[in-house]
Amino acid sequence: MSFLGHRSLMYKQGSSHSQDPMLKRDGFEDILEERRNSSDLKYALRCYAPVLYKGVTPCKANMLKNIVLQSDQLHYVINQVSQESGEAPDIIQEEASVILEEMAHRLQISTVRFFAFALSKAFKTLFQHVCVNEEGIQRLQQAIQEHPVVLLPSHRSYMDFLLMSYILYTYDLALPVIAAGMDFMGMKFVGEMLRMSGAFFIRRSFGGDKLYWAVFSEYVKTMLRNGFAPIEFFLEGTRSRTCKSLTPKLGLLNIVIEPFFKGEVFDVNLVPVSISYERILEESLYARELLGVPKPKESTSGLLKARRILSEDYGSIHVYFGQPVSVRSLAQGKVNRSTYNLFPRHIPRKPMEETQSFVNDTAYRIVRLQEDNMVLKPWVLMASLLLQNLEGLELSVLTEQTVWLRGLALSYAAFLDWPDHAPTAKVVSSSLALHRGLACVSGGRVSLVVGEPLGPVTPEEALFNRAVSVLSCASYRNQVLHVFLRPAMLAVAMHTAASSKKNEVYNCFSFLWDMFSNDFILCPGDIDFEEACYLLVKTGAVQMPQQDIVMTDIGQPTLSFFNGLLEPFLQGYQVVCRYLCEEASEGLTEKQYIPAVRSFAVKLILAGAFTSLSEMF
Amino acid sequence: MASNNNSSDRQRIAQQRLGRIAAHLHKHEDGNSGIIAKECKIDATGSTEENKGTVPRKRQEIMKWNGWGYSDSKFLFNKKGQAEFTGKRYRLSGMTLPSLQDWFENTFGASVKHKSPATPVLNASVVPPPRLNEAFVENLKATGIPFSNEAEDRLFRAHGHCLHEIFALREGKKFERVPDMVVWPNCHNDVVKIVELACKHNVCLIPYGGGTSVTSALECPPEETRCIVSLDTSQMNRILWLDENNLVAHVEAGIIGQDLERLLNESGYCTGHEPDSMEFSSLGGWVATRASGMKKNVYGNIEDLVIHIKAVTPRGVIEKSCQGPRTSTGPDIHHFILGSEGTLGVVTEVTMKIRPIPEYQKYGSVVFPNFEAGVACLREVAKQRCAPASIRLMDNTQFHFGHALKPQVSSIFTHFLEGLKKFYITKLKGFDPHQLVVATLLFEGDHERVLQHEKEVYDIAATFGGLAAGEDNGQRGYLLTFVIAYLRDLGMDYCVVAESFETSVPWDRVLDLCQNVKERIIRECKERGVQFQPLTSCRVTQTYDSGACIYFYFAFNYRGLADPVHTYEQVEHAAREEILANGGSLSHHHGVGKLRKEWMKDSISNVGVGMLKSVKEYVDPGNIFGNRNLL
Repeated sequence: MSFLGHRSLMYKQGSSHSQDPMLKRDGFEDILEERRNSSDLKYALRCYAPVLYKGVTPCKANMLKNIVLQSDQLHYVINQVSQESGEAPDIIQEEASVILEEMAHRLQISTVRFFAFALSKAFKTLFQHVCVNEEGIQRLQQAIQEHPVVLLPSHRSYMDFLLMSYILYTYDLALPVIAAGMDFMGMKFVGEMLRMSGAFFIRRSFGGDKLYWAVFSEYVKTMLRNGFAPIEFFLEGTRSRTCKSLTPKLGLLNIVIEPFFKGEVFDVNLVPVSISYERILEESLYARELLGVPKPKESTSGLLKARRILSEDYGSIHVYFGQPVSVRSLAQGKVNRSTYNLFPRHIPRKPMEETQSFVNDTAYRIVRLQEDNMVLKPWVLMASLLLQNLEGLELSVLTEQTVWLRGLALSYAAFLDWPDHAPTAKVVSSSLALHRGLACVSGGRVSLVVGEPLGPVTPEEALFNRAVSVLSCASYRNQVLHVFLRPAMLAVAMHTAASSKKNEVYNCFSFLWDMFSNDFILCPGDIDFEEACYLLVKTGAVQMPQQDIVMTDIGQPTLSFFNGLLEPFLQGYQVVCRYLCEEASEGLTEKQYIPAVRSFAVKLILAGAFTSLSEMF
Repeated sequence: MASNNNSSDRQRIAQQRLGRIAAHLHKHEDGNSGIIAKECKIDATGSTEENKGTVPRKRQEIMKWNGWGYSDSKFLFNKKGQAEFTGKRYRLSGMTLPSLQDWFENTFGASVKHKSPATPVLNASVVPPPRLNEAFVENLKATGIPFSNEAEDRLFRAHGHCLHEIFALREGKKFERVPDMVVWPNCHNDVVKIVELACKHNVCLIPYGGGTSVTSALECPPEETRCIVSLDTSQMNRILWLDENNLVAHVEAGIIGQDLERLLNESGYCTGHEPDSMEFSSLGGWVATRASGMKKNVYGNIEDLVIHIKAVTPRGVIEKSCQGPRTSTGPDIHHFILGSEGTLGVVTEVTMKIRPIPEYQKYGSVVFPNFEAGVACLREVAKQRCAPASIRLMDNTQFHFGHALKPQVSSIFTHFLEGLKKFYITKLKGFDPHQLVVATLLFEGDHERVLQHEKEVYDIAATFGGLAAGEDNGQRGYLLTFVIAYLRDLGMDYCVVAESFETSVPWDRVLDLCQNVKERIIRECKERGVQFQPLTSCRVTQTYDSGACIYFYFAFNYRGLADPVHTYEQVEHAAREEILANGGSLSHHHGVGKLRKEWMKDSISNVGVGMLKSVKEYVDPGNIFGNRNLL
């Protein structure tokens, strides 16, 4: 069954989201509550005996390596590489073994117990709650026994994979093996600790390296086929610095899906996991990074310095384990598996077109599912409003507009975590208190906090500081984008088309769709347009008589909010275009490009040409 | 006969051989010693005397009209709730099987209290009245070839042994279309006459051999408006000559497997072609469906055994002009006939390779810790090309199934049981009874070579953790083959439907295919509301250089289902799709019939289908052979 097809069908029938069974969401349990009331040590040392896929016994890391090194798949590539390079197969085999050594995890229960203990302590200090949907856990437990499981969490923080393993340990589920970037391995000791808690390390780029690819894909497939442990990786490839979902990377997804197409496993369950942070630990770090301050290299001493974050309150975390998605059901009617019959299964082969587009669609679908189950806090609504009013807002106005936006968000099926029975004013003030580093109230006005630099400042430095706070704030607004994105694009399209003809609006929408297809998670086909129309009509902001799309009398605030929401993204493209037209010289390299655009934008802003700051990168 | 200089030796071998077959098969009084060249006895003068053979014209006199096999042989649960097998024909006949009931009830969630008995007698109203072509009937009468349009005869030839066909018979459901008449040609020339008349009067002919099809190949197309004539070949059952110099026999194609073997055995020969249905299936049927015999490792499949084929088509008689063992004369025309499933004409006579009866035969078995090890061993045996006459690997489910068939009385089974117990306690330590599988073996040849061969195979097995498990165990495995179809009838008496299907697949995909198909069946059953866990079981029945034949059993308790046959068909359809998606073939030896037609284009490409169509178009432009199989 096609999820999106199903959804758009529902829209046509005019049923609301709340009736859509696909969007029925589970309740949450706070797993820290028990930790606050019982011994962490006991918890870390308790009996841990998770059920595995079809009752297989866990496989020792060394045995796993041997299976990989002796596989037909790897031997084939070793011989191929040996023939191409003229090196003896033994030497290549040795190379493969070294690659595997560098890559492989060494999951050890004692390390896991150490983390269970240490993280319990850390989480209790950092967070108010760590909430998990237990029904999702039950579904996962079921899924693990039936078919190989691939966990696909959203990626916003370094915390993500420690948190995932922590939760699975807590619920006595099989610990995942996690694909991690090689940069972690640079961290002495910690890298090894992560390895012993189930991480395996892959190089960031190995495009042309056949041998590396072969070892890597065979390692992952062996774990998947034998069902020794769920495999976990981040579809987005890296942490999203902006809290927007990143367009998915397909390499690993291809690897984990292929065993199904080749008939090596009956099915693969993909489990989208949405991890929502009320405050991200890396918040200001990300903003600086986006502004060109180099990302601090992962190092143990860096981590120790980061201890100061332990003294802050980071609110709650919500982890939502989505409905497992069966690759078999998804592929039904889309990929003809028998096309794999005529080629030996151990010879690596570029996926066929039909497979590639299937994997691509699947990746987008999963990221949309992650987005759908992201828990949103009141603050993300407030941040969206503040960013459209950089000069500040009266507290009462902010409160009033937040209430209005809440209604809009709910009617668009946002997964909003709004405190029950609390007066709005209280909700607003406690959000401001938690995010006092970003916004402050003075004289009844709410405005962004700009870091106070030491000593004299140049205009550029002042701008930099301002940009940091705008970008930090934007990372909260971005969390709600997936809810409003499609109607907002329609609003902008209506605005630009300056016509009420549906097809002209549609053309503008398509242009935006193309332009933003790397910025946002958009789905192929006309589904996005249909959804946008449906949602705006549903909330009464537009009417669609015959071939027209027109704004209603009450639609003004909604549409102008939406226009404002996308404004910074449009301006971002305008700056780049201006730069490319006015300043770019021949032979511009990719490396020079971003800093050059950045300083061009600084120039423009200081000259007063642009007001918005949030999409400078 | 140089190979048999010691006549007592020869007798001993022949007896051994006969004993084995006779244990399963019907006993015959036979007058025929020596086989000499025979002409068609019945000419235009028209003697209607029946030829001697196991199958009479009125098949229903000795065989069930609504189930498998002989009327006198069937499984039933007696008053004590113990299973017994009636009759005298088989090794199991007259024995009680105390473990079967428990196995049956536990496996299917069935109960001997929940009976679903068959309609006891044929109600003639389920058979539509014949649409006769009067002119054809008049002309046919003039030839003197016997025919009938009685309801029993026509209904008997309106079906094969697919589940839905037998189910419909048992339930007394009305058949939409059955043959309008049955003819019994006695020889090739009779067939020529019948085909000529059919062309002249535009009558549809459906050849009928043993009637054991499991692909709906015998089903009459409901849309057929012409008179349908079932051409029953059972009376064309003679060995016309035997050539000991070239080791070939020329045989009428209506002969059934057991008669062919029996007659050849009398002369000290055999074909070695033993498909599981050999008690009832016919030589012509084997050719028309590309049959495979259990001992193909020594003797070959039907396409390897056939030297010459004579077939009657609407265009005339097709045959080759010589019996050269191999020719390079363009595409082999035999291969248009082999597998044509009655769409082009009737196979009337076949020249077939024969072999002297082997001096020595020995069963054997090997127990492996799990299915993976077993498959790996069979693959190695195939690689070293040292497969015995037959080697089969039963999965754990089938192992237990076989176990449930042990009779009460002391026999070889008691030995086996004793042996097995010892196994569990001592040697099998470390073998999980819910994982272990058994391979059954049959060796043939001269005494010394068999023993040598046996050692070779057991040595390979040992490297895969296999333990020799005795002769009785092996023999029992083969017994299952002959009684399984009778057991299906027993299941159907108690709300359990069952069927088997097969495929062939490259070695590297054997395990994945078995596992995925089983899982697909279980899942489809669940989704379609089957209330009880289905039985899914498979065995590797043939090994080849590059792959194997896999045979599946599938059964479930249908209580609570509105339309069990429809559910069953949906699940089987899904299972076939799963097979194809996992690199399996559409069929290894059952054929396509009408059951699997929809997949032909994907299986052999559009051009391939076009080639077959153009052959049909040329050979049979009027679609006289209108059973609509294959295409």
